[in-house]
Amino acid sequence: MINKESAAGRTVRITFLTGWLLVTVFPLYWITVTSFKSPGTIFSPTIAYWPQHFSLANYTGLFEQAQFGVYLTNSLVVATVAGGVATVISLLSAYVLARFEFRTKSALLMAALVTQMIPSFIALGPLYMLMTTLHLVDNRLGLILVYIAVCIPFCTVMLRGFFENVPDALEEAAMIDGCSRLGALFRVLLPVMQPGIIAAFIFNFVNCWNELFLSVTLMNSDSNKTVPTALNGFISSFNIDWGSMSAAAVLTIAPTMVLFAFASRYIVQGLTSGAVKG
Amino acid sequence: MNPTTTDAGPRQVAPPPAKTSTPAPPRSRRPVFTGRRGLSIAAFMAPAAVFVAIFVYYPMVAGGQMAFRNWNLNDLTDTSWVGLKNFREILADPVFYTVLDNTAVWVVGSIVPQFVIGFAIALWLRRRFRFRGLYQALIFFPWAISGFLIGILFRWMFNSEFGVVNDLLEKAHLIDTPIPWLADPKTAMTAVVIANIWYGVTFFTIMILAALQSIPDEIYEAGAIDGAGKVRTLFQITIPSIRGTLALTVLLRVIWIFNFPDIIFGMTGGGPSNETHIVTTWMISITQQGDYGKASALGLIVVAMLMVFSVFYLTATRERNGKAS
Repeated sequence: MINKESAAGRTVRITFLTGWLLVTVFPLYWITVTSFKSPGTIFSPTIAYWPQHFSLANYTGLFEQAQFGVYLTNSLVVATVAGGVATVISLLSAYVLARFEFRTKSALLMAALVTQMIPSFIALGPLYMLMTTLHLVDNRLGLILVYIAVCIPFCTVMLRGFFENVPDALEEAAMIDGCSRLGALFRVLLPVMQPGIIAAFIFNFVNCWNELFLSVTLMNSDSNKTVPTALNGFISSFNIDWGSMSAAAVLTIAPTMVLFAFASRYIVQGLTSGAVKG
Repeated sequence: MNPTTTDAGPRQVAPPPAKTSTPAPPRSRRPVFTGRRGLSIAAFMAPAAVFVAIFVYYPMVAGGQMAFRNWNLNDLTDTSWVGLKNFREILADPVFYTVLDNTAVWVVGSIVPQFVIGFAIALWLRRRFRFRGLYQALIFFPWAISGFLIGILFRWMFNSEFGVVNDLLEKAHLIDTPIPWLADPKTAMTAVVIANIWYGVTFFTIMILAALQSIPDEIYEAGAIDGAGKVRTLFQITIPSIRGTLALTVLLRVIWIFNFPDIIFGMTGGGPSNETHIVTTWMISITQQGDYGKASALGLIVVAMLMVFSVFYLTATRERNGKAS
């Protein structure tokens, strides 16, 4: 595919790729190092690139002075339920979009592109009023319902890509063996797609876990706050307590990193299969 | 829905479709749900449609009509129709023009470096090397973090007194005195754009890498026989082959970055003195002041701008591409 690489070219390539890797990882390294410094050493004129002694004060402070455990629980519940339900609903719509031809399909895709152009904040005010009417403001169920809706469009596109990657012959063989169309879907197709489905769930989970503006709008009591909303509260004061902030940031990022490590390969597949083939 | 009854009734088996010459497996679209096919499709689409209609489309439409109303949370006694008053207010506001300039810098300043760096990484990632899988996983990490948190990370790194960026620059003897990055209007925009570049390169890498992998090897072999060098191969084989994907990726990213306030929100909140406000962060601050009517009008102005841009862009790239895409 590619002809031989000269020694100079190889040096340039490795230097560049290594450099970019360092640039990518450094901010994460930096916030982690900051979080383990004792509050006194964070604000010292000489900046240490490695903490002299590891201190957990920033972390214990989060759980003792702020209700960080509550925020984490809220985020976990909301992201798990919303991500799971959105994945199931998107599976249904993605299956139809991948396996059937019908007239409204291109219209749906156009609608998706136009929706991309609308800044979502236009909907925040009316959404708040709608949720007030439904008595779902400051309520985890309310946030879950909204998150499900927000996850569905993109998740559908991604899962459709996975369905398209599975040849029809598989289902047809099952149907010849006496499966119904739905039987073929549940017994043959879904098991084959399992990695993709898990990746889609993780993608939804991470998006809900990270979401800020909707939760700031809909959750106002301390016992219902999600993590990003709490972090937003940390910066609204003029002076940021960078010790607590860095520890909170690490606790927010760490779970998503772990999940992403498992799923990134499939997420990339799902993202690109639709886009490049289309 | 009872799965055992879906195939009741005589099933008409369509003749197998004619084999096409494409290497992809031909897809037989047999009308399996004969008679009730439409109903079944509707049933499968219904949950998604209901959710999106209630919680996404309805609020958007309701927000759209607020643009033509006097809708302010501080005074809800009069929510009458006011025609284009909100639009006139925005066009008469000098901040709007600052914000437009900033948005242009934000979009162009982010997209160009993202594209170049992303393209380079994608080209180099085509080679097999040890740890390539691990490398890809590592450079995709920024994706797992919310834009808002990325803003916070960079806010800390660009801190003028205790920030690591100034410290590194001083250690490298590039500066003598600390730069007040986020407090100085001249440097704040640079800082937020740097954060956005860091975040967005990955997207271009993924899309371009996927497109590159779909180029058949034969074309390169033909090029090699013709004695095409590296540069000629890039510009005469690689880029023309994936021009369609490149054009579409750039368009989607322009739209997306235009509407992406999260990093700025976490990093500067639009300050100092509106110097890092882009259209959407300004819209958030107007919403926070309770003036929903004005915020919605601004939202509709954004939609109009992006639509006009998209039409021009698609026309231009289609002419350039000829029949390619």
